[in-house]
Amino acid sequence: MPREGILVDRPYERLTREQVELIHQVSMQILTDPGLISFNREAVDILHGHGAAVESIAGDHQSWQVKIPEQLVLKALDNAPRTVKLGARNPDNTLIMHGDEPRVYFITGSETNIWLDVHFPTYVNKADPTREIRIPEFKPRRGTVDDLCQSAHICEHLEMVDGYIRTVNIQDRDITGDNKDVNKFFASLNNNTKHFMSGLTSLKQLDNVVRMAELIVGGKKALEENPIISFITCLVKSPLQFVDDTTATFIEVCRRGLPVAVSSSPQAGTTAPIKEAGIMAQINAEVLAGITLGQLVKPGTPVLYGSVPVRARMDTLGDSYGSVETSQYNIDCVQMARFYGIPNYSTSGVCDSKIPGQQSSIERLFSDIVVAMSGPQYLHCAFGLLDCNSVFCLLQAVLDDAHFKMIKFFLRQPRIDQPEMEAALKQMRAVVTTPQKLYISYIRPVLRSGEISGIYPFEGSGETDDVFEIAYEQMKDLLARPVEHIDRKITARIFEEIPGLLPRLNVYERGS
Amino acid sequence: MSKDIIAIIRENVIQGRKTQDDIGIDDSLAGTPGVVELTQQALERNISPQGIITEGLTAGMQVVGEKFSTKEYFIPDMLASAEAVGAAMDILKPVLESANVETKGKFAIATVKGDIHDIGKNIVAILLKGAGYEVHDLGTDVPTEQVVEFVREEKPGYLGLSALLTTTMIEMGVVIKALEENKLRSSVKVLVGGAAVSEEFAQEIGADAYCIDAFAAIKVLEGY
Repeated sequence: MPREGILVDRPYERLTREQVELIHQVSMQILTDPGLISFNREAVDILHGHGAAVESIAGDHQSWQVKIPEQLVLKALDNAPRTVKLGARNPDNTLIMHGDEPRVYFITGSETNIWLDVHFPTYVNKADPTREIRIPEFKPRRGTVDDLCQSAHICEHLEMVDGYIRTVNIQDRDITGDNKDVNKFFASLNNNTKHFMSGLTSLKQLDNVVRMAELIVGGKKALEENPIISFITCLVKSPLQFVDDTTATFIEVCRRGLPVAVSSSPQAGTTAPIKEAGIMAQINAEVLAGITLGQLVKPGTPVLYGSVPVRARMDTLGDSYGSVETSQYNIDCVQMARFYGIPNYSTSGVCDSKIPGQQSSIERLFSDIVVAMSGPQYLHCAFGLLDCNSVFCLLQAVLDDAHFKMIKFFLRQPRIDQPEMEAALKQMRAVVTTPQKLYISYIRPVLRSGEISGIYPFEGSGETDDVFEIAYEQMKDLLARPVEHIDRKITARIFEEIPGLLPRLNVYERGS
Repeated sequence: MSKDIIAIIRENVIQGRKTQDDIGIDDSLAGTPGVVELTQQALERNISPQGIITEGLTAGMQVVGEKFSTKEYFIPDMLASAEAVGAAMDILKPVLESANVETKGKFAIATVKGDIHDIGKNIVAILLKGAGYEVHDLGTDVPTEQVVEFVREEKPGYLGLSALLTTTMIEMGVVIKALEENKLRSSVKVLVGGAAVSEEFAQEIGADAYCIDAFAAIKVLEGY
């Protein structure tokens, strides 16, 4: 049985049908004029071979103007699967996404450079030295492969995490451009049995990570049936450019028929128009260009309509994931993906705040709620991310799990029907005859059925705010719970066949 | 045999099953007699009421209290168990009286004049009854004279006054003053509670105790 996620019965939509069609039409115009600039020769050849007009950019033989005709895009959209299956080491964690079904899965991500540690120093009140208080302090540092293991481990146990995108860039001294991919894939897969999605640092490692996945599931065919890994490729750089290396990776992933998110991340104000109409038409054109290329490489390649639109901060011109417009763009993209019937990879929960706290909670909850309400299938970026996608904090991930529990509960369909009403009427008629006139005795039959939302799990008992300390204790408890590692025999084969794996990642050799 | 039925009573208290129609915390006892039926059966077998109370009802409530404090149980569970115990106490009351066995005491409770809110008061009443007190619920919007009259006639050892509103909580002071004027104040411990009430207010009006909730009330009473 696949994971259930949460089916949004009546998804929130901002755009009228006319606005959706207008965005589509203008995207089609963009793809023919101005078209895209491609820095990847193979993409140019593929598109040209199917009728796209191609022109070398004057004075520069390394880039080409590619004009993709509407018919090519429409045919690609016809070929793209409406249902995408993302497998998992534990088959119960499989995700099934239908493009026309607003069933939301909550996923981690993206890759951050900074890992945020937390500790709780004690402060003494100057006026009353008998009074002490513990306040969390956060210390940023560069992420390591051990951190990635911890992150994957805890996300295995976080109930609301439906799938895992590696959350931290591994920057150990013994990690190189050549061994980064195999180690991040192994660290994640070995500590988490949910679906794993990642980008690739080096195309040369694609076959190694695919082989690793094949060894885990039992071969090439088994991986086709249970694709426990998938890829994210930002092949389009805004505005409207096919990047050389990521496009090459994308083409190779498509050739292998593995699921892939075609992701574009324009920033309104700098790499996309500042106003909603412009960024929407552009991001839609960029994603459609990627989907078109992928379907030309291998028709039927499972693709996700990937959207990571963001508005620029006016004080720094950096990304502002916490801005309200960022959520609006994402909701619009969900609607566009549904218009095409292709599952959507969407973004919420990333905040501008640098540390967990009030700003972080407000920014992430706002976007988590509204974007989830729109019914994206693969909602990423939510767990633990801070500071505009550059910092990951385990404590924040634990806090987010509670937020998503509330959101998931909120999104449940209302149960208002004849049997419910008859039961309610029966209760009322009985209660009004009792001396105390309370319905409390009727609570118990539903108390443990999951029909009543829980108390906030990090609520303190006194007048101090204990949220972080309680969540920290839960974080430690979750880390102490074991995870189901890849078994000894397969681990041995992986270490034999896949070059570059760090010996310390082999849990059987280090005796833990 | 008597130990068996007392153990079953205790288990049913823990499950919060007043009668055989109640499901309980899970369905492991569904369809079997509840606390009411079991208490009657125990009396028919001449099992001592003290044994039923001590080893069955009170011991069961103790477990319920522990489960509540560890957050395994919630207030509705606690109330269900207390109601079951309260119903058993109603059955045992005539037997205890004829045997001259003293109960934990008589507790009168009322929402003061002008205030019709009673959720908190009712929860306190159920839990105190479950804890073994003889509870007399005077209702809501109770005139001061009626409270004074009850204290004079029924001589409860304890009086609980409840008010939700800042506009009505002053009536608690009026009741205490009336008890003093009628020379009844020393005969009864007055406990006050409700959303608007505070420790400071309780002291200001001369109450014996402020109880933030029903559990605090039980704790206060156990201290007397």
